[in-house]
Amino acid sequence: MNRSTVDLWVGIFVAIGFGAILFLALKVGNLLTLDRSPGYRIEASFDNIGGLKLRAPVKAAGVVVGRVENVRLDPKTYEALVTMRIDKQYQFSKDTIAAINTSGLLGEVYIGLDAGGDTQMLQDGDRIAKTQSAVVIEKLISQFLFDKASENPGAKAPSAPPPAGKPAEGVAK
Amino acid sequence: MSADILGGIAYWLRRLGGGVTGSIGQLGYATRFLLSVLWHTPAAFRRLHLTLREIYFTGVLSLVIILMSGLFVGMVLSLQGYETLKRYGADEQLGILVALALVRELGPVLAGLLFASRAGSAITAEIGLMKTTEQLAAMEMMAVNPVARVIAPRFWGGVLSMPLLAALFSTFGIFGGYVVGVRLIGIDAGAFWGQMHAGVDFWPDVTNGIIKSLVFGAAVSLIAVFEGFDAKPTAEGVASATTRTVVLSSLAILALDFVMTVFMFRGANVR
Repeated sequence: MNRSTVDLWVGIFVAIGFGAILFLALKVGNLLTLDRSPGYRIEASFDNIGGLKLRAPVKAAGVVVGRVENVRLDPKTYEALVTMRIDKQYQFSKDTIAAINTSGLLGEVYIGLDAGGDTQMLQDGDRIAKTQSAVVIEKLISQFLFDKASENPGAKAPSAPPPAGKPAEGVAK
Repeated sequence: MSADILGGIAYWLRRLGGGVTGSIGQLGYATRFLLSVLWHTPAAFRRLHLTLREIYFTGVLSLVIILMSGLFVGMVLSLQGYETLKRYGADEQLGILVALALVRELGPVLAGLLFASRAGSAITAEIGLMKTTEQLAAMEMMAVNPVARVIAPRFWGGVLSMPLLAALFSTFGIFGGYVVGVRLIGIDAGAFWGQMHAGVDFWPDVTNGIIKSLVFGAAVSLIAVFEGFDAKPTAEGVASATTRTVVLSSLAILALDFVMTVFMFRGANVR
């Protein structure tokens, strides 16, 4: 095996090896989409974020426009403070509503943005005023059962046993 | 009687102590060996064709086994993943499953194991035989440093080949998964690629796979050249050194993989 043949084969090997890495980066991974594009940050506080995770998508009308960058608890108000990075090409009005939604019953949790009609746009670092928390199914069920039980108070309301979980909390909500 | 028991205990304690100090000494010897390889690297790279030759032997000649294994692993992964995902009606997610499993774990680990048994054992046997036939000693007599001339090119050939082999393994695995998932089972091709594209990140998924394969390449190459260099200069010594290379590098790959996975993906909050 002379040297130029070895060189040729090594060259071919390195070329297809880097081709494979490029394939993994561009076709399999998402190196050039969304994450690299510069954006601006907006914040929103929620009573309850449910199962929202870091890097969860932020969607407007179903289109992914950004990602959740940071989630932390505000120590004063005990609300969850969510920072999201929005793609620069999308602008949202000041009165946009942020809601935590779930795609399907078991699907991923994401933040949905509903644009309003304000002429002023959200800037970097702004906070969304109107938010809608995640729906906690247990609370929903207990509230429903409590409402059902209180519909006909004559039957057995005074000593009605708590239907499920913590009904008092469901009512206070 | 009691002296007998004491003597027995002392004997076993001495054996235990000897084993521990022996393995610590071996570890120190291997570390010094690694430093010496790194020290002689510039001298080895001045004759680049030596390293290129080793890349040819360890990398190019391993291509067939790596590519075929990758293809079949991807196909099996796709088949088995489909059977499970179908129960939850999530068979569209097959692309994500195949790609993440290959890029994060199976690509680097399986390519590393194959690399250890295909190339690592060959390196150990070659160096061990050179030592047995006193070629290394002859080189030193001619004022040629055997570490710079023989060891460093083999080490770097392995380190440089391994990430490329792992990337090729993952790529062919994903292709195999595509063939079975889309062509054979009939999942929508758009869903397969789209879900994969959305779910796999270049950072950290792909980059961590590359880092893992680099570390595995370094570990396997170091074990292979060290075992060869350290082998007893007999036929039996070379044989046991070759066996030890495969066993040790396989264990090292699996243990390092666990440790690196803990650090890499613990806080990544995977979806």
